[in-house]
Amino acid sequence: MAQVPFAPDVFTWPAEKPQLIGARCASCAAVTFPAQDSCPRCGKLEMEQLLLPREGTLWTWTTQDFLPKEPYASGETPQTFKPFGMGLVQLGDDVRVEGRLTVSDPKQIRFGMKLELVIYPFRTDGDGTQVMSYAFAPAEEGN
Amino acid sequence: MEDVAIIGVGIHPFGRFGDKSAIQMGAEAIRSALADAGLEWKQVQFAFGGSCEVDNPDAVVGLLGLTGIPFMDVYNGCATAATALDLTADAIRFGKYDIGVAVGMDKHAFGAFTADPVHYSAPPWYGDIGHFLTTKFFGMKINRYMHDHGISHQTLARVAAKNYRNGVLNPNAFRRKAISEEEILSSAMLNYPLTKYMFCSPDEGAAAVVLCRADIARRYTSNPIYLRTSVLRTRTYGAHEVHSSWAAVEPAEAPTVYASRAAYEAAGIGPGDVDVIQVQDTDSGAEIIHMAENGFCADGEQEKLLAEGATEIGGRLPVNTDGGLIANGEPVGASGLRQIHELVLQLRGQAGERQVPGNPRVGYAQLYGAPGTAGVSIVTT
Ligand SMILES: [Zn+2]
Repeated sequence: MAQVPFAPDVFTWPAEKPQLIGARCASCAAVTFPAQDSCPRCGKLEMEQLLLPREGTLWTWTTQDFLPKEPYASGETPQTFKPFGMGLVQLGDDVRVEGRLTVSDPKQIRFGMKLELVIYPFRTDGDGTQVMSYAFAPAEEGN
Repeated sequence: MEDVAIIGVGIHPFGRFGDKSAIQMGAEAIRSALADAGLEWKQVQFAFGGSCEVDNPDAVVGLLGLTGIPFMDVYNGCATAATALDLTADAIRFGKYDIGVAVGMDKHAFGAFTADPVHYSAPPWYGDIGHFLTTKFFGMKINRYMHDHGISHQTLARVAAKNYRNGVLNPNAFRRKAISEEEILSSAMLNYPLTKYMFCSPDEGAAAVVLCRADIARRYTSNPIYLRTSVLRTRTYGAHEVHSSWAAVEPAEAPTVYASRAAYEAAGIGPGDVDVIQVQDTDSGAEIIHMAENGFCADGEQEKLLAEGATEIGGRLPVNTDGGLIANGEPVGASGLRQIHELVLQLRGQAGERQVPGNPRVGYAQLYGAPGTAGVSIVTT
């Protein structure tokens, strides 16, 4: 079954250990996700690609309990919609990244929990192609 | 620089009004502000109009009189009305004109706002995967704040219940029914920890103010209210804001903090001097955070303040006395001028059943919205 990323240049794919693709400013070391051409701190055009760490910790979170309006493109309907967790996840020392959590029950989510990047089928198109997106899943403690 | 006075305020109620256009509502708000000032439209020398949904708020001239005046249109997210007010005031401060109108109007579709994320400099796929939601940002922000500063779910409910109660006293409000804390807490969870009744909804409405050079204000009114300052700020590096796919670890204050400090400094007024407060309560968590970001309390103190009723109309820090966004909804272009309308009524002693006791003399209004913009205005008798 074909698997394609939902957008190019967001994460390395296919890859055994996929990573989010960010950028770092060669001048002031600011890090962004996704990559952008100009630096949000110093404004210089010296951004270089940076693969972000696969593991991080949860800075803050919420849940998404209603079906987002368009342009949400999961193919879900109000009947089939499954609520999901959303987190701001610290990856390394410089950047926090927004991402969906694989857990959605507030009882399963806690501040500072260890998370790892996973790539999962976000939607399956009519021809069977799986459109892949990124999320963060609870990591085994002690890893 | 000239000082600026507010000599008239007008509002078209907020809510849902069928086929009535935003332009019609804007024209009614202006007529009502002009009547309040005892002025005719032909005496107005210029205007700024704010809207999210209407491309040309200046089309109100077709309903008010085609006098040929310069009429500038602005859109600046949730700070649109603060922007219209600030620009109108500046044109008078700098001596370009003597009398002008700031108006805001909107008519939104039902449900959460949506748009093309690219227009917010978010990635093009940000909406496709379900990240492009202002409500999710507010959920994440207050959740961390509660964790750091010991704010309870009950306090979130207290904020919303207070604003609905204040809305009952406001004939122009959208939601005019008291809702109990219990019902607020047990309504549908939208974005943890925020439930349905803790959020405001987009709706329809308009508001207008007439401004003039302070030294001529008494020609038109016996009780001018002075716009002591109006300040706008955008986010700085390090702030986590609406529609950001990432945030720096290096911390920074929210744009409201910078706008607030600059406003206090420009007005020569401190938070302790303020008698009536209007803050952006997109959700009840935002009201709690904005109380601290605007200097009215320390982080975490809100828990005690809400329990004591300090932010009620009769409390020592009355917040959102007209019901705020939670009871009025948010027609984006008009929301900040609704705040000014309320402050002016309160400072004149004309707020009726919801009048803050003790002759309030200083009013404070704050707006906040995507993609990280804040506006603060301070008015005094
Ligand atoms: Zn830089």
